[in-house]
Amino acid sequence: MFNLAWKNLIHDQTRLLVTLVGIVFALVLIIVQFGLFLGFLDTSANVVEKSGADLWVTAPGIPHVNGGSAFKESKRWQALAVDGVERADVYALFFVNWKLASGSTEAVQIAGFDLDGGMGGPWNITAGSVEELRGEDTVIVDELYKSKLGITHLGQTVEINGRRARVVGYTRGIRSFTTSPYIFTSFKNAQNYLPLAEDETMFLLIRAAAGANPETVRKALAAKLTSVDVTTNREMWRRTQNYWVFSTGAGITTLMGAILGLIVGIVVVAQTIYAATVDHIREFGTMKAMGASNARIYEVILVQAGLSALMGYSLAIAIGWFVSRQSEGGNAPIALPPEVAGGILALALLMCMGASIISIRKATTIDPAMVFRG
Amino acid sequence: MIRIENLVKSYGAGNAQVHALRGVSLEVQSSEILMLMGPSGSGKTTLLSIMGCILRATSGSVRIGGKEIVGLPESKLPRVRLEHFGFVFQGFNLFPALTARENVELAFKLKGLKPRAAELLERVGLGDKLNTYPRDLSGGQKQRVAIARALAGDPPIILADEPTAALDSQSGQTVMEILAGLARERNRSVVMVTHDNRVLHYADRIIRIEDGLIAEDSEELAA
Repeated sequence: MFNLAWKNLIHDQTRLLVTLVGIVFALVLIIVQFGLFLGFLDTSANVVEKSGADLWVTAPGIPHVNGGSAFKESKRWQALAVDGVERADVYALFFVNWKLASGSTEAVQIAGFDLDGGMGGPWNITAGSVEELRGEDTVIVDELYKSKLGITHLGQTVEINGRRARVVGYTRGIRSFTTSPYIFTSFKNAQNYLPLAEDETMFLLIRAAAGANPETVRKALAAKLTSVDVTTNREMWRRTQNYWVFSTGAGITTLMGAILGLIVGIVVVAQTIYAATVDHIREFGTMKAMGASNARIYEVILVQAGLSALMGYSLAIAIGWFVSRQSEGGNAPIALPPEVAGGILALALLMCMGASIISIRKATTIDPAMVFRG
Repeated sequence: MIRIENLVKSYGAGNAQVHALRGVSLEVQSSEILMLMGPSGSGKTTLLSIMGCILRATSGSVRIGGKEIVGLPESKLPRVRLEHFGFVFQGFNLFPALTARENVELAFKLKGLKPRAAELLERVGLGDKLNTYPRDLSGGQKQRVAIARALAGDPPIILADEPTAALDSQSGQTVMEILAGLARERNRSVVMVTHDNRVLHYADRIIRIEDGLIAEDSEELAA
């Protein structure tokens, strides 16, 4: 039956092309829309996800990581005294102005971290190193924003919040959900750019000792530290993601686009596969007349649909991968992690075979007169 | 071979009910070529469909090789078709994506038998067309492939629906010679619906159906 299914598919190349175009269009639409949404999710809280911290100590009631406020750095010493705390590093994340050569300004977010602990620091460094941030007024920016910030070369001197800064490194792919790029620097340098007093910090990033349960440590910290909140990294990540993705129009719009893409994709695939199956309805009727059981007919229809799904998926995932790679240099990344690629394959098979099942009923309840008439 | 008694087939219900067959009884013997004739809508194809276990009767009895098939569950009917029938259709109903050999092999595969497609195609004079696709065959050649396919597994009964209707005179004669040979030399029953007066002389028996009833049976007339 595999031979019949395969030959049915490739026999009419125009029909095959139409079928594949339909499937590929639907799958690419789903890949791009979901990729955009996943890219948004990833971007919205990437500094939290990659912080390397187990716990965050913050000013009370902050809505997300980009909305922190200052509290006394002395909490750090109290935190270090709590059982199960290995490190408690100061961290700051704050919007400031970056002055462009034209004289206008661009808002950026300074991420100031403890160089010794490394928590909250940059990742995917392509030029320079974290060590170079030990120099005074040094910063690392992402390659993506070089043009936006007027950066032409390493070592270039710029002005942040009215103070000199020097670009000593680049990262790749650290996007900001807002239009304000992240600028990494040491916490000490950050204090020069931010309206933070010498004895203040905006966050404490906590690393639990090996073997310590982060939730137990969180409870101990919450009991010990007053006038601050203690949250897990996961909770801070979720809170930040929820704020940017679900509390702003952009995230909801992207999510709706993804859902719409899925619906449109399903409808397109269903119609395409249904039409392709019904095209062979007379042959299925003939098979039935010849004595084929319904199971044999299902087999041919499902194999046809499965083969269509695999061919369509192969083309769609190649296009999706290419689009995803191209988007890496842009502001709207289209994420295509392996688990999503696998999920799309399962979805393609499910959609194609599901759509073909709709036509199975038609194939197995054929009017016998149709089989006998010319 | 086939014994039909008081066969009724109705469609719809109440005032909208249509009676396609209204109590047909007949018997088909082995080695017999039985032709069903009658105007369009008289019930010929319905009768052929019920004989071939493709359509279910409303009431009555159909015995194939002594076995009652009316009332058999749907799931049992494909097996009856596979064991007892070969079908020849007016429109050939070949699979366009398969070669002549593959078309015949498909019937063998459905019956779970080792394919002997080349042998059957040789028998119908198409030994040189094994790897030819239906689009490259003439109407008569397509019908001969269809006959070869119907012969897969050597079924005792061939049901044919206007097998010569789409063919020219010469091709129609060739097809009928093959069908007649099956009946005479291999003891097969051939039941065919036809409007083609050119082939009536091949019939052992002609039944004329009108309004769902047997209007005329040449066997009874002869008696």
